[in-house]
Amino acid sequence: MTPLAAGPGFLSPTGVEIAFVLVGLVTLGAAVITVTTRQLVHAALWLVVALGGLAIEYLLLTAEFIAWVQVLIYVGSVVVLLLFGLMLTKAPIGRSPDADSENRWVALAVAVTAAVALVWVVVDAFRTTWIELDGPAQGSTEVSGQFLFRHWVLPFEALSVLLLAALIGAIVLSRKSGKEQR
Amino acid sequence: MHLAYPAVLAALLFCTGLYGVLARRNAILVLMSVELMLNAVNLNLVAFDVWLRDTLHAGQALTLFVIAVAAAEIGIGLAIVLMVHRARGTADVDRLRDSVESDAADEAAVKSAEDAAAESARAEAAARAKKAEATA
Repeated sequence: MTPLAAGPGFLSPTGVEIAFVLVGLVTLGAAVITVTTRQLVHAALWLVVALGGLAIEYLLLTAEFIAWVQVLIYVGSVVVLLLFGLMLTKAPIGRSPDADSENRWVALAVAVTAAVALVWVVVDAFRTTWIELDGPAQGSTEVSGQFLFRHWVLPFEALSVLLLAALIGAIVLSRKSGKEQR
Repeated sequence: MHLAYPAVLAALLFCTGLYGVLARRNAILVLMSVELMLNAVNLNLVAFDVWLRDTLHAGQALTLFVIAVAAAEIGIGLAIVLMVHRARGTADVDRLRDSVESDAADEAAVKSAEDAAAESARAEAAARAKKAEATA
């Protein structure tokens, strides 16, 4: 336990750490409700809370640009798409008894085993690692623009082609087939 | 900030998403759980990027790319779920067990097309017979 004495301890958390843990608890609770609630529309709305909490975590980690991208894309469009999907597949409003499958206990066992293993390994590996958050923000809009368009231009453009392909694919998949139109 | 806090939160969120993927039956709820797993990975990427103070900021760049790919994935995924719902009448992954397309509507369409073809052939034969009669 000697390395613990080297860095700041866990028993005297800073303000940022307290905020991170509190927002993290809210995020985790919202995520758990998202995967366990029996009301399908409520699951989508709790997903908004979880994703918004993650945006606040990005802000606390000084990655401002990613936080606002998270709010714009996830909370703004992905959840709206999911709600449209629930609406178009005629999801029942209110409790649906068959939201979970019969093998949920197997799933729970797998998830708990994975959680215990991952948390054990991660805590053991990064117990003494300290993130220095002081100084200029690591992910302000200026920094993001510079690294994105100085070092990552080619992947960025390839990504726009991928988005175009996904757009066309979604249109082709969701329009009615030619047989029905005739 | 200790790196353990974001790392543990990401691990727990990932396992929550894992439970959702395995336990949910509605395909759209499965997609929501996949989003949770992707977000857990994003949190890890951002935390390690801020810790390492990378000059290329590879972690944050990859996070942006993952967000864009997740948006594309959710669009395509929902289009597929809607198509399956239109063809089979359900978005329940437990009831989509057959891997071959075999719904009754398609078979009926094929049968009616065959019937129409046979009928037109019969009408054509009758017309030809009538014409032959007329010329005789």
